[in-house]
Amino acid sequence: MAHTEELYLGKKSYNVIGTRPIRHDGADKVTGKAVYTSDLHLPNLAHGKILRSPHAHARIKSIDVSEALQVPGVFAVVTHDDFPDLENKVANLGEAGMVNLLELGANCLAKGKVLYKGHAVAAVAAASTHVAEEAVLKIKVEYEVLPSVTWVLDAMAPTAPILHENLRTDFMGKKEDKPTNVALHLQFEKGNIAEGFQSADVIVEREFKTASVHQGYIEPHVTVALWNEDSRLKIWTSTQGSFVCRQQVAELLGIAVSQCVVVPCEIGGGFGGKIAVYLEPVAALLSRKCGRPVKMSMQRNEVFEGTGPTPGSFMRVKIGAKKDGTLVAGEAWLAYDCGGFPGGVIGPGCMCVFSCYEFPNAKVDGFDVLNNKPHTQAYRAPGATQAAFACEQVIDELAAKLNIDPIEFRLKNAAKEGTRRVDGPVYPRVGFIECLEAAKNSPHWKTPLTGKNRGRGIAAGFWFNIGCASSCSASVNDDGRVTLVEGSTDIGGSRTSIAMQLAETLGIGAHDVQPQVADTDSVGYTFLTGGSRVTFATGLAAYQLGLDLQGQMKQRAAEIWGCGADTIKVENGNYSHNGHTLSFKQLAAKVAENGLPPVVGRASVAPEGSTNAFGVHIADVEVDPETGKVTVLRYTSVQDAGKAIHPSYVEGQLQGGAVQGIGWALNEEYFYDDKNQMRNASFLDYRMPTCLDVPMIETIIVEVPNPTHPYGVRGVGETPIVAPPATIANAVHAATGCRMTSLPISPPVLWKAISTKA
Amino acid sequence: MPVVFIPTPMRDLTGGEATVTVEGEFVRDVIDALDRRYPGIKDRLCRGDALVPGLQVCIDDTMTRRGLNARLAPQSEVHFLPPIGGG
Repeated sequence: MAHTEELYLGKKSYNVIGTRPIRHDGADKVTGKAVYTSDLHLPNLAHGKILRSPHAHARIKSIDVSEALQVPGVFAVVTHDDFPDLENKVANLGEAGMVNLLELGANCLAKGKVLYKGHAVAAVAAASTHVAEEAVLKIKVEYEVLPSVTWVLDAMAPTAPILHENLRTDFMGKKEDKPTNVALHLQFEKGNIAEGFQSADVIVEREFKTASVHQGYIEPHVTVALWNEDSRLKIWTSTQGSFVCRQQVAELLGIAVSQCVVVPCEIGGGFGGKIAVYLEPVAALLSRKCGRPVKMSMQRNEVFEGTGPTPGSFMRVKIGAKKDGTLVAGEAWLAYDCGGFPGGVIGPGCMCVFSCYEFPNAKVDGFDVLNNKPHTQAYRAPGATQAAFACEQVIDELAAKLNIDPIEFRLKNAAKEGTRRVDGPVYPRVGFIECLEAAKNSPHWKTPLTGKNRGRGIAAGFWFNIGCASSCSASVNDDGRVTLVEGSTDIGGSRTSIAMQLAETLGIGAHDVQPQVADTDSVGYTFLTGGSRVTFATGLAAYQLGLDLQGQMKQRAAEIWGCGADTIKVENGNYSHNGHTLSFKQLAAKVAENGLPPVVGRASVAPEGSTNAFGVHIADVEVDPETGKVTVLRYTSVQDAGKAIHPSYVEGQLQGGAVQGIGWALNEEYFYDDKNQMRNASFLDYRMPTCLDVPMIETIIVEVPNPTHPYGVRGVGETPIVAPPATIANAVHAATGCRMTSLPISPPVLWKAISTKA
Repeated sequence: MPVVFIPTPMRDLTGGEATVTVEGEFVRDVIDALDRRYPGIKDRLCRGDALVPGLQVCIDDTMTRRGLNARLAPQSEVHFLPPIGGG
């Protein structure tokens, strides 16, 4: 581990932070006892099933549910008409932003039109899944099939089929006057790019495209809803944000948030795909109609076709540099699709495309484009991976043209404290240079790669960390153990990283804290698990909670010893006064023995702002020129974690992100036929990497502390997926001489490129 | 005084000026001041008593969710950017 700065806030070392305790939920997970939503079996449970559109684009002329209702064992059928009137209602979902409820509702159950194959149209609740499946087939939907479009550039063409007649392009407050599929045009400009390119000695310009890919979480969407006679709605679900889920459901159903409680069950992966609601409001409507709890779960093809992938994209990137390697200008034109409804990830894509480097002159245009695909959702660093795929290949090519080592070229232009991004803000202390230095000094980079058809690539990646609200509470038990209640759903081991920060603050062991994720009635508002925020923001809440508990423990000790609380010293969990010392556990026991008030603490925070995380990846590949198959021989992921609370979890994030990115690079894609039907909606045909496809991912954790967190934490969950496709593409170029500008670099595509070159 | 970075698409209203220095203790103050100097800019930035959906304020290097009520320091930089979420 490269310790750039071990010392932070005067603390030279930690007792708990930086260690690798066994995860608190480990035993439940490995013994199969952890409770996932699918494990719930409530009395009188009904089973729901969705009817989905067979067409990529069609007008719904009529829906006849009468035959479905006649099927024995069917309890209820719902369509979009069962939602309250959502017309033109834009809901403020707090920190989740403004959401157009009409569009959210129309994505859950189509209104008037279906906008992609797999779009939900109606739903049935029945005595069993089999009965529900039989009944959905009895629902008669009359469609008027419309022309459809799935490629982003085709969707931007003047002749493209229009998805929403009322949509007009928004150019930051200026609206175009013609119907279009381009929902948003963003533009950022810094300096003078014309002058910048004029001063360049070398310019590289290329076009890139990427296919839609899915997050590929193992656990499909699943939910259970119970709308009780007292008008209280209870939802058990697999979600990245119980409070954000509650807000969406309540707004869609026209009820107060306090009428709804969301219980987050264990979650089998999300990666950004389990933030928007799909089944939850539909199950709730069915439950209200039939008076039973209703369970709904998706099959894998429904996950692929009915939930949000990441955008397909077209990008043009042009960068100019001086002979000495100084970057002088960059220009990017990015078009990302957003599927059937506006609101994709073009914003962060534009903000990230040049974010790793110092560009004195730059311009970025970005377009949010509707097409007949599922509405896109976040996928780890949403929008950044595509942008890095383009920018990092152009950077690589420039370095080669200038005959400069690719790491030295990046170091010369690396973003650092004081660098102004193209979108405006100036970086605070960041760790990109340290990551590049760590990569340069890594065993991987220092080991020569030899052999035919082999190549080494390197690329960088950047992503933000967000703050937002987090709450937690805790009680000190008589035995000195602390029960921690937090609101962050645990998708990546955050229970332990939060517990460790509380333990460190209190001076007790990691396993002296027992963390649990609570439902929305049992803990204060906590924003979703995403944006690489939880270890940072909920960790900050845990730190403050620790200070609260510590203050109360001092008061109890003061009562026991008959002194003032301010005279008590606390060090490493030991409370002392005038020759008396009690450990945390001893003091907890004394509190009970002396009949003192129990120690119960709480904290809620809403840290402003973002921190920034950079990563650098290195890949060695071997290409089979006969087949185009790429084998990844060696892979290293370097990232600035600020401070690694639990290094194994950080390494796991780096490894998981790299593997997902390798899949994105080499195999994964939504494959559409000429009728814009996805043809590979199963894990058999949608090729995600397995452990047999990748080597052990080597990791190097760099620690440049985040000055806005008491333990220096930066979020690490998303940056690891940004660099891999560019890294692999640069390695493939080194191995074959073929510059691969589209994803995936699948065997037939690469074989064709090699053959054409030959 | 705070420095407002004018989003590129709105520079038609500022005669091409990329940055404008205006008085203001809160973001809403600087927007009002901008609008007095460049009429129409408030309509592009605000809807009712809030920023338009799809915009977030960044003060210096800090994204804030306090929108128009975000407090500024005398030398603050104010940026209007797309919101950042994440997966």
